[in-house]
This record gives sequence, C-alpha cells and structure tokens, in this order.
Amino acid sequence: MAGQQLINGNFERFLRRKRLIGRIFWVLLLISTLAGLIMLAALLIDLALEGASWLTPTLFTNYHSRHPEQAGMKSAIVGSLIILALTALFSFPLGVGAAVYLEEYAPKNRLTEFININISNLGGVPSVVYGMLGLTVFSRGFGLFKPNSWLVQALNLPVDPRNGLIFSVLGLEMRLPLGNSLLTGGLAMTLLILPTVIMASREAIRAVPNSIREAAFGLGATRWQVVSRQVLPAAFPGILTGMILALSRAMGEAAPLIILGAFTYVPFLPRTIWDQFTVMPIQIYNWITLPQPEYRVHLSGAGILVLVAVLLSMNALAIYLRNRFEKRW
Amino acid sequence: MAGLSRLLPASRAVSSPDQKGVFSTGLSWRLRRIYEQIIKASLFLCGLLSVLTTIGIIVSLFGEAIGFFLRPEVDLYHFLTSTMWRPLGRPVSPDNFGIMPLVNGTLMVAVLSGAIAVPLGLLSAIFLSEYAPERLRSVLKPVLEILAGVPSVVYGYFAISFITPIIRNLADWVNSIAGTAIQVDFFNALSASIVMGVMILPLVSSISEDAMRSVPQALREGAYALGATKLEVALRVVVPAALSGILAGFILAFSRAAGETMIVAVAAGSTPRVTLNPLSSIQTMTGFIVQVSFGDTPMGSINSQSIYAVGATLFIMTFIMNVISNYIMRRFREVYE
Repeated sequence: MAGQQLINGNFERFLRRKRLIGRIFWVLLLISTLAGLIMLAALLIDLALEGASWLTPTLFTNYHSRHPEQAGMKSAIVGSLIILALTALFSFPLGVGAAVYLEEYAPKNRLTEFININISNLGGVPSVVYGMLGLTVFSRGFGLFKPNSWLVQALNLPVDPRNGLIFSVLGLEMRLPLGNSLLTGGLAMTLLILPTVIMASREAIRAVPNSIREAAFGLGATRWQVVSRQVLPAAFPGILTGMILALSRAMGEAAPLIILGAFTYVPFLPRTIWDQFTVMPIQIYNWITLPQPEYRVHLSGAGILVLVAVLLSMNALAIYLRNRFEKRW
Repeated sequence: MAGLSRLLPASRAVSSPDQKGVFSTGLSWRLRRIYEQIIKASLFLCGLLSVLTTIGIIVSLFGEAIGFFLRPEVDLYHFLTSTMWRPLGRPVSPDNFGIMPLVNGTLMVAVLSGAIAVPLGLLSAIFLSEYAPERLRSVLKPVLEILAGVPSVVYGYFAISFITPIIRNLADWVNSIAGTAIQVDFFNALSASIVMGVMILPLVSSISEDAMRSVPQALREGAYALGATKLEVALRVVVPAALSGILAGFILAFSRAAGETMIVAVAAGSTPRVTLNPLSSIQTMTGFIVQVSFGDTPMGSINSQSIYAVGATLFIMTFIMNVISNYIMRRFREVYE
C-alpha cells in the first residue's frame, strides 16, 4: 500500500515536471516563431523612420543628382518596369512550355529525369552566376563579334568595334552581341527565374484532375487540344500566381544586373531595348554606397519604400488571384 | 467548353478520322498530326533550354576561368593555397591571387547565418507543424514568407542602418563595463550574417515544416498511446522521422547564404582576409564579384577575368551542396509516399 502511494506520488511529481517543461518549450517555440516577425517589424519601422520624410515627388520625376534634395530615380523606375515586362514576355512561354512538356508529354526516360534534376539544380545556382552567364553569352556574345574574332574574319562581317554587328530584320534594328542593353537584362533575368516559373507551372498543371483530360481524350481531342483548351485554362490562375511571385523576385535582384554592366547613372529614359538602363535595386545600392548620410540613409530608405511598395502590391495581387480563382477539384 | 460543343457534332457525323472537317481547326488528319508534332517539338525545346542554360553556365564560367589561369601572373596552385587576395597589389604575383580569404569570408557568413536561421527555423517549424492551431498557422506562415521576398539590397540597408549600430553600441557598453577592448568595424561579418539569417529563416522553416507534416499521423498516435507528452512526440518522434528532409533544408539554406550577394556587398565590407573574427570587415566571393563589376574594369584585364575564377569556385561549392540536398530530399520522398 505504502509502496503504491510512493509510486503514485513520484508519478504525479514526474508528470508535473514534464508538463512544466512542455510549457517552457511552448514559450520557446512561440518566441522563435515571433523572432522573424519582430525582425520584419523592425525593418519596416526603421525604413519608415529614415526614409518616409524623403518620399517626395522628386523621387519619381528626377534623375540622380549631386544634390540629394533633387535626386530621384525616374530612370530606375522605368528601367525596372521595362525589365519586368521583358522578363515576363520571355519567361511565360518558355516556362509554361517546359512545364507542359514535362507534365503532359515527356516520356519516362533518362533524358526526362536528367532535365528534372537539372531544373532543380538550376534553382539553387547563385544569382551572380546568372549575371556572369549573361555577360559572357548575351552581352559579349563570347567575343565572337569583335573585329579580330575568327568568325568576323572568316565571314568578313562589317562589325563596328564598339557596338558589334548591326543589321536589320523586317525593319527592326538588331545588334550582335546584345551589349549592356535592356534586352540582355531581360534575358538574364528570364534564365534566373525560369526554374521557379517551371516548378510553379508544373504544380498548377499537376493539380488539374486527370478526369478532365480523359473526358477530352474520350471525345477525340488530340493531346495539344486537351492541353491548350482544357488543362492550361484550368491551371492558368496557379501559373499566373507563380509567375507574379517569380517576377517580384526578379524585380528585387540587383547582383546579376550589376555584373551585366547596368549603369548607376542613367540621366535619360530608354527609347529602345538596345539602350543602357538602371533599375531600382541598383540605384538604391548606389545611394547606399555614397558617403553622405542624405544618400546613404534617407534617400536610399525612401527608394526602398517605393521598391517594397511595388513588391508588396505584386504579392498581394498574386494572393488575390490565388484566392479568387483557386478551384477545389 | 466551347471546344467540346464544336467537337461533338463532328464526332457523331464521321466514321473514319481521315475525313476533312473532323476537327474544329479544319485541318486534315495528316496536317493535324504534323501540327501536333511541331507543338511537341517546340515544347521539348523549352524543356531542353534548362540543359542549355547549364551548359552555358559551365562554358562561360570555366572558359573564362581557364583564360584566367593561363595568364603568366597566376597559377592554380597559388590560387588554391595562398592566403592573400590582393588583385590590385603591385607587383602582380601569383601570391596575390589566393582564393582562401574570399572562401573564408563566404563560409563565415554562411555558418553564422546558419547558426541563426537553423535553430529559429527549426523551432518555428515545430511550432507551425505540431503546436499552432490551423487558423494561427494560416496567418503566421504567409507573414514569415514575406521575409524571403524582401530584396537582399533592402536587407543590406537594414544591416548597416539598424543592426550594425546595435552591435557597436553593445560592444562599447561591454568595453565600458568589463574594461575590454572589443573593436567592431563599421562593415562587419556579424551584422551581415544576422540579416542573412533572417532572410534564409523562411527557407529553413518551410522545408522543415513540410518534412514534419509528411510524417504519418500514425507515428504520433502510437507515441501518444505509449504515454508520451506533446513535447516528447515532437522532439523524439516527429523530428527524427523528418530528419533527412530537415537536413536537406539546412544544406539548401547554407548554399543560399553562400551565394547571396547584396547583403554582403553592402554590409560585410571589402577587406578579403583569413580570419575567424566576425566583428572585422571581410569580403566574400560574391562581394568581390560585385565590387569588381560595380567599378569600371576594362574588359580582358586580370581583374575582370578573376571574377570568373571566383565565380567558378562559388558555382562548384553551391552546386555540390545543392546536389547533396537534392539527393537527401529525393531519398526522403521515397520513404513516405
């Protein structure tokens, strides 16, 4: 009897201690979850304190200037929007095309497996590497269009030492190599976000139930008819959401474009895709590196507020689209 | 549905697929087959683009890197062993081109940011997966993921305008109390690592959480039936069962931190050195690449070629980590599906 009581007493104490440890652990978990949120709040408050008062119309109407009060980032905003548009234009068909191939067409073989592994590895390649890829391939064209290259000498091409080969296709001016142009930036950004776009599109396509495909096949539709009229329309909201999220990542990237030779001082608006450009993150980085606190702290803070506002509205749009058009099968 | 109604009368009317007008586009069967083949081929090319990208990366990085090593001023042996990185140092000698300081900087920042992101990410993943009610989780998770969407240049700004002053004030305070002489450079590895840790936190947390949520419920119920408390179920059943997925997430986060650029370019400094002191100014591989590209270096100079050697080193390092992480992740998927 006494022994029984002892065990009971020990057990009660043991259980109480365990429960206490459990509660302490719970608090620890909550604190670590909130730590990220606290950092986010600190970041936003810091930005608002340093930058909000510098958020003036001149930021949108002026170019970079020697006088911080008159400096703006007009060309950077326009540059960012054009890069965004070009990246969307290239990455949408390429990304969705690859996703459709891998989900709907690809046979189960070694090549498909290799492409799959390859895409997931590309997703982890640092963004600077994409910048260097773009610099060598797009911007310089492997140096094939320099006056002394073997290609130019063999074909006797009329190259200009500065701009390379200039010719026209259907009345449109073309240049090889692409140089420090908006086009180069858009192409490098496309390669950077393609893995993300492909993975998001694949997930959206996979979520379309097989019964839809089978019904369409049963009516005699070809594979492309099934894909283009049934699967893609059904998967479109998901694809679009992934696309917007990927684009917002591209919009915040500075490193690859710095390596591509995007300029920091661009006192004009681009008129063609062959023009030089700058983007918001580069302009902000440039201001951060200047010694005067007006640039380093305040103007860059205001610039970041603009950038973050654009990114947050893109993210909000993606979330809205997902909730509005999401289908539960 | 429009396609469906157009198909229906046609399929009722025909007996052989050879007849014209079977399909809404009005193409004959043979033309339609060719069209389908063209579509398939172009979709295949889209898929193949990823392979071409990889080839492009390898050719451009390693091609230029080989060009760098063929220069008489440098050689691979000194590149891998010398502990000095002074690309502008005169006279130009192989001793000035040792990758060690940059690797040292990169690894230090990656390890320190991992030291912040791994425990916080793992604990918040346990919270979100095992403890938080569904409603709280549906709010917390997207907010945490905002952290991953903040541009890195913004984190860099945050590091020098908020974290660095705190570290320096803390050091002054410790110095005044304990009489020590801790010196904190304005640009330092610690500040960059802290914000980098915050940036990769959502990555660690969401991959770990996915791994934990795919642990079968039966395992938890079995442990509860044996009298385990919630804490014991979380730490002794769920975490060990999800360990391979969690580990893959850690490696991925580490590789992300190693390849991250703008935070270190802004906040970590530009002093390549071999050191273990996180309070001193350092330089990472990515930081060096941006520093060279941001200035005006003439094409074909030793500096502009050296970034390819550094980039190739970085690519190999992150590639190995990603392959390991993917391998672990794949194996782990096989276990539970």
